[in-house]
Parts: sequence; structure tokens; C-alpha cells
Amino acid sequence: MHQGSSSDDAYWKANLSLIRNILIIWALVSFGFGILLRPLLSGIPVGGTDLGFWFAQQGSIIIFIILIFYYAIRMNAIDRKFGAEE
Amino acid sequence: MTTQTLIYLIVGATFALYIGIAIWARASTTGEFYAAGRGVHPVMNGMATAADWMSAASFISMAGLIAFVGYDNSTYLMGWTGGYVLLACLLAPYLRKFGKYTVPEFIGDRFYSQSARIIAVICLIVASVTYVIGQMTGVGVTFARFLQVEASTGLYIGAAIVFAYAVLGGMKGITYTQVAQYIVLITAYTIPAIFISLQLTGTVLPPLGLFSDSVSSGTPLLVELDGLITDLGFASYTGHHTNTLNMVLFTLSLMIGTAGLPHVIIRFFTVPKVADARWSAGWALVFIALLYLTAPAVGAMARFNLVNTIQTGEVGTPEGNLAYADVPTWFTTWEQTGLIKWEDKNEDGRIQFYNDKNTAFETQAEAWGWRGNELTVNADILVLANPEIAALPGWVIALVAAGGLAAALSTAAGLLLAISSAISHDLIKGTINPNISEGGELMAARVSMAAAIAVATYLGLNPPGFAAQTVALAFGLAAASIFPALMMGIFFKRINNVGASLGMLAGLLFTVIYIFVYKGWFFLPGTSQFPDTPEYWVFGISPLSIGAIGAVVNFAVAYFASQATQEPPQEIQVLVESIRVPRGAGAAIDH
Repeated sequence: MHQGSSSDDAYWKANLSLIRNILIIWALVSFGFGILLRPLLSGIPVGGTDLGFWFAQQGSIIIFIILIFYYAIRMNAIDRKFGAEE
Repeated sequence: MTTQTLIYLIVGATFALYIGIAIWARASTTGEFYAAGRGVHPVMNGMATAADWMSAASFISMAGLIAFVGYDNSTYLMGWTGGYVLLACLLAPYLRKFGKYTVPEFIGDRFYSQSARIIAVICLIVASVTYVIGQMTGVGVTFARFLQVEASTGLYIGAAIVFAYAVLGGMKGITYTQVAQYIVLITAYTIPAIFISLQLTGTVLPPLGLFSDSVSSGTPLLVELDGLITDLGFASYTGHHTNTLNMVLFTLSLMIGTAGLPHVIIRFFTVPKVADARWSAGWALVFIALLYLTAPAVGAMARFNLVNTIQTGEVGTPEGNLAYADVPTWFTTWEQTGLIKWEDKNEDGRIQFYNDKNTAFETQAEAWGWRGNELTVNADILVLANPEIAALPGWVIALVAAGGLAAALSTAAGLLLAISSAISHDLIKGTINPNISEGGELMAARVSMAAAIAVATYLGLNPPGFAAQTVALAFGLAAASIFPALMMGIFFKRINNVGASLGMLAGLLFTVIYIFVYKGWFFLPGTSQFPDTPEYWVFGISPLSIGAIGAVVNFAVAYFASQATQEPPQEIQVLVESIRVPRGAGAAIDH
């Protein structure tokens, strides 16, 4: 086994928990707000239709972009914290 | 200058530009040919990935698919963008750390199995060849309309250009060409959209225009559109009319499939660092979103314009329908390509465009003297015809032609690279002849491209459906076979050679058989077991949505088969640990 294995385990755990949080939001805005929960959001009007339609056609895409940049920024910090950067 | 001259001029200029770049950035080593020497800036790679990714289906077909269906086809928007989140956190950084050239190479090394590698090659080739069909169809459609040739001739011309271009380029050439192609296609897509958004809603930005008030009536555009089309018996635009389970699974299949498409994954092998792979996925989605946020606006506005063109007055009155003698020029130009068809069923010389499948609307229509829908509009032409429908100047029309070709050619080049590198690097260098020379391997990559193009051209002449649907099949395959194998290789140390191989086979067979049962065996017409309609689908799951279930099958089979057999050897566990940590990734080779 290579050096720093226990810190690498902690690094991997930090990565996994970040990924889990990101995927929860990823699923919530697309499958959730965009499709399954749309009936619940039907009372919130957006430009001639409802919030669920907006999430399905625009909102989810915008949130996806934010999620990826958030992941990149957080992972850079985690890389540095655990001395895992290149 | 006539529009036709402008089209030749602009399309010709873009072709010259691409070939110029390809010659300038020609690959001379396999490292350059497969991974552009790993020296591509993450923003630049993001742009190249966007062009690599956005195909004829995104550019030509997607807005049309949304236009004719509305909300229910939001699946394409979410599915084709959501995959980048998976790519950014589940695959790209680790595969970049692994630092090899192809996707099957990772699978072969991680699962210490030559047969796993071969299965991955087969999955890759099936997915990529299916995907290429959509590009070829798109090239044919664009040529047919804009360069005044038959769709099949257009296909041959397209194949010849793709061929010259992919062989010259390699990954290094393809990267910089794709950057140019991105700029062409995004300009071509957004300019007409801005004009149309201004005309209909007075809003400059199309994504905002979609939710703005219509200039003509002052009511929201979407409300007016819903009213217009429901009056003609069509389902409402913003309503949810399809099976919810199928919608979720289709979106999920597109997402997982996007993340598992080898030609997209290998783009992330070209950046210098692991952190760059993460940034690059973000930039790729920014550039993709510029088109994907515009597309739903284009779809709704094109539908609005189309219906208003045909239904000029009150529904049900004879004068309410456009007389064929008065059709605009774009109508007749597109009629010549066979992509718009009009049949005067009730012989009144006017065009009735309505939903004759709606039984509730039938008596009403008959009372008006309508004898069935008379107009068929191929969904693929909406984006291409949009500037003409909105009466925009000739140079905009020429730009759209160049944009459609840029989208199809850039994706085709990326796919052909994935196919040829799998054949030359995984099959020839990795299996048949490990001692092959550098030059021999390069030559093998170029020869295998030729074969791939020949197959794709044949299938492009006999396509199984809309360009975007053909592409969706490739997603099912990538989702069911490649994505789970890659993800398990990184996240689950316990998965071994047997598990991975059986999992991929099970996922692939399950998905392919479900598709063939409805679409015909190997897409040959007349060989399907059941009609491809919702009442015959198992639980209402369409063959296009089956990839997500195939992925679950793959995960399950791999898990149980691995549990029942031996743990992977120590060196493989060390390999997995090293992939997970960026430290020590190979530096950029040159540039």
C-alpha cells in the first residue's frame, strides 16, 4: 500500500459525502421539481405556465451548472486539505 | 447576392476553415492522435466538448421534438444536460487520473481481463455507430435542403467530408476544429432565435422570451400557444400527457447514457490535470446550456409561427385556413425536399393542419368539412426552416446551414475517433499485435475510420427513426453497458473481472433485445415482434427509456457475480486507490 493511506480514506469519504449531496439536489430539481413534484408546484405561476415547467425546461439546467462548479471548487479545497492535489 | 450564393459562400468558408485547422494541427504521434498530447486548456476543452457533444440531434432535431410535443419532451433538455453532473463527479476526474487513451483500456486494466476489454470495445462500437447514424441523417437533411441535392447524395458528400476531416485530424486536430465548429453552431443557433424572440415577444433573450407576453395579444406566449393548438385538437403544449414512469426513465437513460458515451469521456483525457477535468465539465455544460436554454424557446416559437402561418383566421371558417395558392416561398422550397407534404384531402385548395387522431375533435372537424389532416411537417426541419418562416435575411439562412453541418461534422469526428481508437488501440495494439509500431498503430486507426464511415453511411441511408431517436438508442446502450462498468470500477473495489464482464453483457443484451423487439432486429424493417406503440410497451416503458433499467441489470449482475467469485487481486485494489486521489497524475506531454 502506498503512503498516506488513512488520510486518503478520509479524503475519499469527504468526496463521497459531497457527491451524495450534489446528487440529491441533481435528482430533486430534475426528476423532482421537473416531473414528479410538478403537480405540487402547479400553483406557482411562471410566465404563462407553472414552476414545474420552468424547472423542466430551464431551471434544472441552470442548477446543473451551479452544481458542477460547486463540486470543482469544493473538491479543490478538499484536495488541498488532505494533501491530495497534483 | 442571392441566398443560394450566400449559402455556398458561408458553408464553403467554414469547410475551408475546418480543413485548414485540421492540416495545421495534424497529429504525428499516437499520444497526439488519441489525447491531443494532454495539453488542452479546460475552457477550450469545454468548448470542444460542447461541439463534440451537441450533434445533429441537438442542433437540428431537438427544438422540433419539443415543438411538436411540448412539456413531455423536456426529457431531452434535462437528460442531455444532467449527465454532465454525473460525468463531473463520478467519472471524468478519475479516468483522467488513470491517464490512458481509451475507455475499454480502463475497463481491461481495472478488471484485469482481456474479455472485459473486448466486451467494452463491442459496447463502444455499437453505441458509437448507432450515434453516428443520427449525424449522417442530419448531414443528409442539411445538404438536401441547402445545397440543392438529394438527401442520399448529401449523405455521400457528408461522408466524404467527415472522412477527409477525421483522418487528417486525430484528437489534436479535432479539438481545435471543434472549437471553431462550436462558435459557428452557437452563432447559427442563437441569431435566428434572438430575431424570432424579438418579433414574437419583444424580448432579446430567447430563454426569457419563452416566458414573456406575446406582442400580438399581450397574453403570455405559452398561454396563447396552448389556446391555438388545443383549438385544432392538439394536446396542450405545457400539459403533461405521457406516462410519468416512462418520462423519468427516459430522462435517466439520457443522463446516464451521456455520462457513458466514450466520445465524450475521451475528451476529458486531453486536459493537463485532474482538477482541470472537473472544471472542464462545468465549462462544457455552460457552452452546451447556451444552446439548450435557447432550444425550448425556439421550439415553442416555431410551433407558434407554423400554426399561425397555416391557420390565418378563425378556426372552422373556410377563410381561416391558408389557401395553397398563397403559401410563402419557404413552404414550396421545403416541399421539394419531401420534408413538408400537403395533400388536399377535402379538395378546397386550402390547408387544414390539425390533429385528426383526436376522436373528440373528429365530429367538429367533419362538420367544418375537414377530411383529415392535410399537412405533414418533419420535426427535423423546424430549426432549419425557422429563419425562412420568420422571414429573416439570406445570410442568417446560410449561417443556419453552416451551423447544422458544424454540429453534425464535429460530433461525427469525435465518434469516429472513439471507434477508430478502440479498434487500433484496444483490438490491434492491445490484443492482436502488441508489438505493432507507432506508425503502424496510427495507420490502423485511420483505416478503421474508413470502415466505420462506410457502415454509418449505409445505416444513414436506412435510418430507424427521427435523427434524435436514433441517437437516443445509442444512449440506452451507453447507459446499460459502459457507464455502470466505469462507475463500479472507480467506486466499488469488490467488483472483479467476472462481475464486470457478466454485468456488461447482461446490461447490453437486455437493452438491445428490448429495443430490437420493438424497432426490428438490427433495425431491419418488418422484423419487429410488437408495434412500437405505448400499449405494447412493458409497464409503458418505451425502448428509448430502457437503458436505465439495463444499467440496473448491469449493476445487479456485476454485484452478485463478484460476491460469488474471488476478490480482485491486491494490485488492482491499489490501482483503484490511486485513481481516487489526484496526486501524481501524469503531467502534460507537450504543446
